[in-house]
Amino acid sequence: MANETRSSLGGDATAERSLRGKVSHLRELLRPFIRVLRANPLTLVGFILVVIISVTAVLVALVPVITQLVLGHPILLTPYDPNGISTDYSQGPSLKHLLGTDKLGLDIFSRVLTALPLDLAIGVGIAGFALLAGGGLGLVAGYWDKPRTIGGAISAVILRVTDVFLAFPSLVLALAIAASLGRGTVPSMLAVLLTWWPYYVRLTRGEVLAVKHRPYVVAARAAGVSEVRILFRHVLRNLIEPLLVYYTLDIGTVIITFSTISFVGIGVPLEVSEWGTMVEAYEQLLLTHPWTVLAPGAAIFITVLAFSLFGDGLRDILDPRSRRTLVQAVAPTTLPGQVAVSAEA
Amino acid sequence: MGRNRSDLIVFVGKRLLQLIPVVLGVIVITFFFTHVATQNPCAVWAGAHATADQVQACIVRFGLDRPLTDQFWRYLTTLLSGDWGANPRGGVPVLLSISSAFPATLELVLASLFIMTVLGIPLGVIAANGAGRWADHLVRVFYLSGWATPTYLGAVVLAIAVGPAIGLPTKGDFASTPPFARLTHMSVLDALLALDFPAAGDALLHLILPASALALLNLGIATRMTRTSMLEVLPLDFVKTARMKGLSDFVVLYKHALRNALISTVTILGITAGVLLSGTVVIETIFQWPGIGAYAYDAIKGYNFPGTIAVVIVFAIAVVISNLLSDVLYGILDPRVEWR
Repeated sequence: MANETRSSLGGDATAERSLRGKVSHLRELLRPFIRVLRANPLTLVGFILVVIISVTAVLVALVPVITQLVLGHPILLTPYDPNGISTDYSQGPSLKHLLGTDKLGLDIFSRVLTALPLDLAIGVGIAGFALLAGGGLGLVAGYWDKPRTIGGAISAVILRVTDVFLAFPSLVLALAIAASLGRGTVPSMLAVLLTWWPYYVRLTRGEVLAVKHRPYVVAARAAGVSEVRILFRHVLRNLIEPLLVYYTLDIGTVIITFSTISFVGIGVPLEVSEWGTMVEAYEQLLLTHPWTVLAPGAAIFITVLAFSLFGDGLRDILDPRSRRTLVQAVAPTTLPGQVAVSAEA
Repeated sequence: MGRNRSDLIVFVGKRLLQLIPVVLGVIVITFFFTHVATQNPCAVWAGAHATADQVQACIVRFGLDRPLTDQFWRYLTTLLSGDWGANPRGGVPVLLSISSAFPATLELVLASLFIMTVLGIPLGVIAANGAGRWADHLVRVFYLSGWATPTYLGAVVLAIAVGPAIGLPTKGDFASTPPFARLTHMSVLDALLALDFPAAGDALLHLILPASALALLNLGIATRMTRTSMLEVLPLDFVKTARMKGLSDFVVLYKHALRNALISTVTILGITAGVLLSGTVVIETIFQWPGIGAYAYDAIKGYNFPGTIAVVIVFAIAVVISNLLSDVLYGILDPRVEWR
């Protein structure tokens, strides 16, 4: 039996070899990831959680739409309609209602699950917009900062406007914007969107300033490489890693800020399932029906924690300095004002 | 530029001058969002039972029928003359509310900075000392958990479940209205100034839960920062020398290494002031703390435009000043930094 297997494999030797070659190439690429995941199991936990959360969110959002198109009627992945009032009032967690029900008989598990695509999309989308908008502005402000040129003037304007927005505690500005636009999902999204980009300007600009006088950039310029090509091929490449780490950590922060606006009652309306809104709606029930508050709370906690663990580990993977193998007396080159506060958290 | 006292003065002066355009920008943005995006605030200001005539009178009275630039100019000139305006509903002067609320918030923020320092720094040292081992992982889970818990969730659990369970007060700053004058509007300080020690103890008890809820949010920053800078310091020669001299682990870690590692931690604490201020909006609302965060919430929700703008100005100034303080502190602690 064993011999047969071996010989049948042997007949396919060439294909096997090329497959093996591909696998080892892939392994080479993934080596830093595998090493860090092994050294730090928490990163692995974060990574697995991020994958599970993202896949669930996509399924919960897309399956009803697709089944609507294909079958003509939507199939919900949630056990109950998140807004379907039933006679099972204020029940504790059971097999029928995994996370219990509220006073109207709404199934908490279904509501928490329905909120997942919304909250996750907001975190990924708003942080993504901030990354692109703020990153782009920071790139311009950092790269063309020579005084008394058009670029220098534009950079100066960008930096002054950024300073103004940075001086706002972003939650307060977001609250003020959300309150004046009126209660709703879109206004509170706009509010976070408008306040979220400035930090990326500072971060990107700092990185550009650090990179653009490195010898290899100077050498590229001396060799006659065009400015645009230097910007994209040599400078931008070095920005991807710090920005990616910050972005991953930032997704959680956006989710928390967005749900805070809902929690204080000027964000998402009550009939839309959203984690912050749910905590607000049920907070007085914490002692009598704790599951109603703790379930959406735990959903935020796990989601944010997953992205934090993952981002934290990503930093170790991407930034060789944080491996601290060659630590010597390093004189601080930046003032603390330029240190990434949230990125350190 | 160097490290003379005159260089420091120039540095601080320059940064304070930069405050002027920042505050102006903040005023413009907030004014724009409150006045343009809000539809007919007079419907709220005149009260729920106001007649159409009363609403119209309100619109004329607050000049809402005029061009926006006119309105802005009027607001700016009165503000520069020292008049911060009044709440359109009820007419309480904004400056009066702010000046009593700001010290209360300062007290809360300082208390939470204290908790962050006392808890966060030792945790960071423990994590760095056992880097890569279980103590490090445990500390990492702890601070990331604090980071992942929304401020409001932590505060709700503390206010509704934990507070009553362990018998700590969860509302306001005193159990009953204190008989002494509120000189500073900082509850503990006021009670001490009046030599009313039971009241001071009461105020301290009232401070514990809101300050802890606020500290929870940023504990991770202090821990993470201490861990990172300790990891930079620990392999250095002077630490090795201290260990070789046979000093105890405690002395090496906390006296020799931490002293150098603290430079960046202390300054990071200054920068977190902005995050803490944002946090006060939620914390003070839940714990009914009579501070500027609760005032901000009321002003934003009640379309109190002069109040909203004033709060934002105060927050912006506070953020810029605390950033400046942390830069100055960094320069004083680290002799390699030059003022520029």
